[in-house]
Amino acid sequence: MTAPADLKYTEEHEWVLIEGDVATVGITDYAQAALGDVVFVELPAVGSAVAASTVVGEIESTKSVGELFAPIDGEVVEANQAVVDSPELVNSDPYGAGWLIKVRFTELPALLDAAAYEELTSK
Amino acid sequence: MHAAAGAQFTDFAGWQMPVRYSSDLAEHKAVREAAGLFDLSHMGEILVVGDGAGAALDHAVSGRMSALRPGQAKYTHLLTETGGVVDDLIVYRTGDDRFMVVANASNADVVAEELRRRTSGFDARVFDESADVALIAVQGPRALEIVLATPGFAIAGGHPDGHDVPEVLTPLRYYRAVAGYFRERPVLFARTGYTGEDGFELFCAPDFARELWEALAEAGEPFGLVPAGLAARDTLRLEAGMPLYGHELSAEWMPVQAGLGRVVDLAKDGDFVGRAASEAGAAADARVLVGLVGAGRRAARADYPVFDGEGADAAEIGVVTSGALSPTLGHPIAMAYLSPALAAAGGTVFVDVRGTRHPYTITALPFYSRKRTN
Repeated sequence: MTAPADLKYTEEHEWVLIEGDVATVGITDYAQAALGDVVFVELPAVGSAVAASTVVGEIESTKSVGELFAPIDGEVVEANQAVVDSPELVNSDPYGAGWLIKVRFTELPALLDAAAYEELTSK
Repeated sequence: MHAAAGAQFTDFAGWQMPVRYSSDLAEHKAVREAAGLFDLSHMGEILVVGDGAGAALDHAVSGRMSALRPGQAKYTHLLTETGGVVDDLIVYRTGDDRFMVVANASNADVVAEELRRRTSGFDARVFDESADVALIAVQGPRALEIVLATPGFAIAGGHPDGHDVPEVLTPLRYYRAVAGYFRERPVLFARTGYTGEDGFELFCAPDFARELWEALAEAGEPFGLVPAGLAARDTLRLEAGMPLYGHELSAEWMPVQAGLGRVVDLAKDGDFVGRAASEAGAAADARVLVGLVGAGRRAARADYPVFDGEGADAAEIGVVTSGALSPTLGHPIAMAYLSPALAAAGGTVFVDVRGTRHPYTITALPFYSRKRTN
């Protein structure tokens, strides 16, 4: 699957959808394939403050533990309860129903565009 | 060929190994309910040949291999002088004067070297055939049906057309093996495995392993056979309470600590490497291997510390060696070495899962046992 062009990306294999001052965050198709079957997701609480590049949650597969990094400074305004209840959504629909958190931000950091992210994952 | 099946690979002991083909969970479930097809060609195969091969192995490993009859196999350990484990092995007696020792890939060189050294005074020669032997396993409740449905097999000394294959393989017992052919090339059919299910391991030359794989895959497809990778193999063996070298077994632990004291045959005649230390036994306070069962979905994993309480003053009483969310059972399972005073079944311990203490109940192994029909 190619990285959707309307999203931004991080080097930690997360995608970010910017809508106004809210960023929706998930992990990329590349990341979910590398993790394998996701069986447990822990997300930060709604209302909590997160700082860019810090670990704010976990995505566990049968074989390994992936860390969820906040891509951005801000406040968590929504956490996807559907993926907590059904972690396999991260595998089946990483760019859609498998989204993880929404963060309200004030300043946008430098993020990769789809072409730069594909360059990163094709190495 | 595996890449064509959608496999993802990992480097393992110098081999490019399929870690998964589709989904770890789907592959695991297929092995429990139908069957999985595994490429285990990375495993080490070391031949010990000669009139003194049985006596040589009795000296080299922990069990009494000379007692095996041709066609029988035994699980055993190659011990250190101090009674720890160099590797765990399956030894097949393939003839009056020959044995095949199957070792873990990462240890094959060391095992071959140790066997050579330990058997030098015996009428036996050691050949490391690891690069010249491929291994394909069919594991799961439908495994026998799949092997019997695969055309091209024959039994050594049997009918070349193979019509007697079912009457030989069907009653073949666990830890027994029989020589045969696939399209006129030699194969060893072994009723062994590492998944907790019935199944066969087929040893053959690498030059027709692909052909054998494809024949099994095609014949097995109607039975629900799917290719399965190392990730599923690991969760399968963990549920079955089977130890993995480098996790539950190492030079640091004695077999008796892993609940495998029976693997060390102190009743056999003669000295063997590790005998004195095994007779002395483990220290009274030496940690012992237990099963742990948790609630929720968060798995305790290898190297996580185990405590006797939740508070900051709790004592560290052990360490997790393997752990996963059990695909079959739906809750976390783990194996751990614990202080013997605190290792009784039914007790509660706390595993530190990346900074949070989670309660686990100590339980007997295995976590999962198949319903036996044969």
